[in-house]
Amino acid sequence: MIHPFIFLEWLEQQLHLHIGNHVTYTWLVMALLILVAVLVKRSITTIPSGLQNFLEPVVDGIENMIEETMGHKGKAYFPLIATIAFFILTSNLIALIPGFFPPTANLNTNAAIALTVFAMTHIIGVKEHGIGYFKHFCGPVMWLAPVMVPIEMIGHLARPLSLTLRLFGNMYGHEIVLMIFFTLVPFLLPLPMMLMGVMVAFIQTFVFMLLAMIYIAGSLEEAH
Amino acid sequence: MEFFAWCMIAAGFGMAIGSFGTGLGQGLAIKSAVEGVARNPGASGKIMTIMLIGLAMIESLAIYVFVVAMIILFANPFTDTVVQLLNK
Repeated sequence: MIHPFIFLEWLEQQLHLHIGNHVTYTWLVMALLILVAVLVKRSITTIPSGLQNFLEPVVDGIENMIEETMGHKGKAYFPLIATIAFFILTSNLIALIPGFFPPTANLNTNAAIALTVFAMTHIIGVKEHGIGYFKHFCGPVMWLAPVMVPIEMIGHLARPLSLTLRLFGNMYGHEIVLMIFFTLVPFLLPLPMMLMGVMVAFIQTFVFMLLAMIYIAGSLEEAH
Repeated sequence: MEFFAWCMIAAGFGMAIGSFGTGLGQGLAIKSAVEGVARNPGASGKIMTIMLIGLAMIESLAIYVFVVAMIILFANPFTDTVVQLLNK
């Protein structure tokens, strides 16, 4: 139910490898991002031009958003958030090019990113508050703790699940809808769906990034 | 064979019920957002971003249903057992 021809899969078959589309395309996205980063870094100037002109507002925007949602302390986690944002956005957008498979339309890639965020929130929490971080799980008053701890545990465990499934469902569902439209009416009808695909790519990146920021901000703040 | 027919019905009806609730929720969200913008057009940018995030959150409910429907249709864990029983 994906693009009928995927060029990295074809390359894999020629080389007799069995890696999986989502892994090879993750490597492709990584290579693309590293290439762009190296190209921009090499020609960095005070008066921006070309690619730097385009990337500076984007990085600036992400930085401002982090400052708004996470406060002053959140600036330390800019690399994590920005990397996740760039990776997800690029992998979502390559879905619209024929012959490309979006790595985010596979559960494994999304689970990897979501579990990274999940682990990071708790690592940051312990780093920031020490052992007192576990007061976060105990609720407002101490005698409520036996009730609150299981609820909080389920709430925290649902986070990576919902992050994974939301991104996966959106990207995979869009792929399937597009392919069904292509088989029904190949002429002009899939175009509005592709426009919606661009919107979905941006919105899902934004939502994933924002949720990651909110989760980290939640473990940064003091326990009530 | 009835098993597979019921699978199709379950997937279709599940998706229908799931998108029914999601549609209602998104409609309510958009209604409030439009009302807010009509009262204070200056705040449209901020309302827009918050609305989009909220819509994506509500949409994830329908997406869960979609994932479950896809599991029922394409990755049903009981398919092998049923096929084995049929072959007996």
